[in-house]
Amino acid sequence: MNYKFDFGAVFERAPELLWATLGTFGLAFAGMALALLIGILGVIARTSHNKIARAPVIAFVEIVRNTPFLVQIFYIYFALPLMGIRLNPTATAIIALGINGGAYAIEIIRGGVESISKGQVEAGYALGLHKADVFRLIVLKPALRAIYPSLTSQFIMLTLTTSVCTSIAAYELTSAAQRIESDTFRSFEVYFSVTGIYLVISSVMMGIFALISRRYFSYPAR
Amino acid sequence: MANSVIDQSTLISLEKVERWYGAFHALKAIDLSVRKGEKIVLCGPSGSGKSTLIRCINALETIQDGSITVEGQLLDGSSKAVDAIRREVGMVFQSFNLFPHMTVLQNCALAPMRVRGTSRADAEKLARKYLERVRILDQAEKYPAQLSGGQQQRVAIARALCMEPKVMLFDEPTSALDPEMVKEVLDTMISLARDGMTMICVTHEMGFARQVADRVIFMASGEIIEEAEPEIFFKSPKHERTKTFLGEILAHH
Repeated sequence: MNYKFDFGAVFERAPELLWATLGTFGLAFAGMALALLIGILGVIARTSHNKIARAPVIAFVEIVRNTPFLVQIFYIYFALPLMGIRLNPTATAIIALGINGGAYAIEIIRGGVESISKGQVEAGYALGLHKADVFRLIVLKPALRAIYPSLTSQFIMLTLTTSVCTSIAAYELTSAAQRIESDTFRSFEVYFSVTGIYLVISSVMMGIFALISRRYFSYPAR
Repeated sequence: MANSVIDQSTLISLEKVERWYGAFHALKAIDLSVRKGEKIVLCGPSGSGKSTLIRCINALETIQDGSITVEGQLLDGSSKAVDAIRREVGMVFQSFNLFPHMTVLQNCALAPMRVRGTSRADAEKLARKYLERVRILDQAEKYPAQLSGGQQQRVAIARALCMEPKVMLFDEPTSALDPEMVKEVLDTMISLARDGMTMICVTHEMGFARQVADRVIFMASGEIIEEAEPEIFFKSPKHERTKTFLGEILAHH
């Protein structure tokens, strides 16, 4: 092997990679927040008794889960301007991530709400509690705990999917990597470093999720 | 029974109560009147409507015809009536149904705080009093998953008592328990009965029925087939279906 490794080019551009990493975290957290919002609202509509509320949610989930994210993000990027909405690539990326993550979140959260035993809900009613109290005080926490592992692994997926947003030139790690690579031709060194940075990003995310879990879901399971 | 005179001490009164699930007729013209302090044991084969019957009393199930009155409050389908009745009626379920994310103390204090507006300090004082009453105060800071089935069911009884109900409904409270835990729950129920609590118990524990019931009611196919004092009920059941049922139940115990 005659190839000489030279990470100097990468170290020189380290500040750029650092900022791009923060960009990736930003896209990920904003995308998660939007996905969670879409997920919760979607579940309320999805589990309602009204067919007109349920049908569009079912269609939305099926369309999003059965098409590639890259196509979705292009679709949003080029469709929005046709409707007169002009957004920068980063805002577009957040919307695309939120919509994509939201469709998966709807299915995950629905499973959690359905996993709560009818008995606990009835016990709440039998004690005289009203519907809103039963949902807020009795259903919510065990439901979130039940779905927490699947929801957080979905959110790790969403974090890694931010790299696809490079296709519309959103400000994040993979697009920075491409820029540095085309400037320095140090492809291996750049992507080796970026792989390491993504591993760190995922680990930090998992650490944050574990802390939240320890703080809020520490009660013993049966 | 439609013209039955409700005397002063009547706490619960059901008249011509009907309930269907689709084509299935779960309750057929049920008439039942429960006096203050009375202990009633409801028994019958599974699917006979006994659980449905007590679940109608606190409006966990709705009825399609007839009327239910609790302490003079007619259950007329309004949420005001439902609220009023649920404040006076405690219920204990087969599967305990404790809230897993709350400690034993929090399980007990929740309803007094949210429903009666009791302060946290007073609600916890109340909770401790009733946990002591079911002899489980030492577990107050534990979570339900850390308790045995029998302990969980006693907590569930204490939780219902914290609302200081006028009547307690028990829906097969010992059916989900391991045999060695049945006694601690039955003893708690017996002691509650001795204190004069009005109770309606769906149970197959015939020893309990003999010991505390004022009346044993046998249901089958959504109808009240026979009712009598335990002494008479067990010694000389009149109806053929009652005899068959008692034969099966007593053979298994």
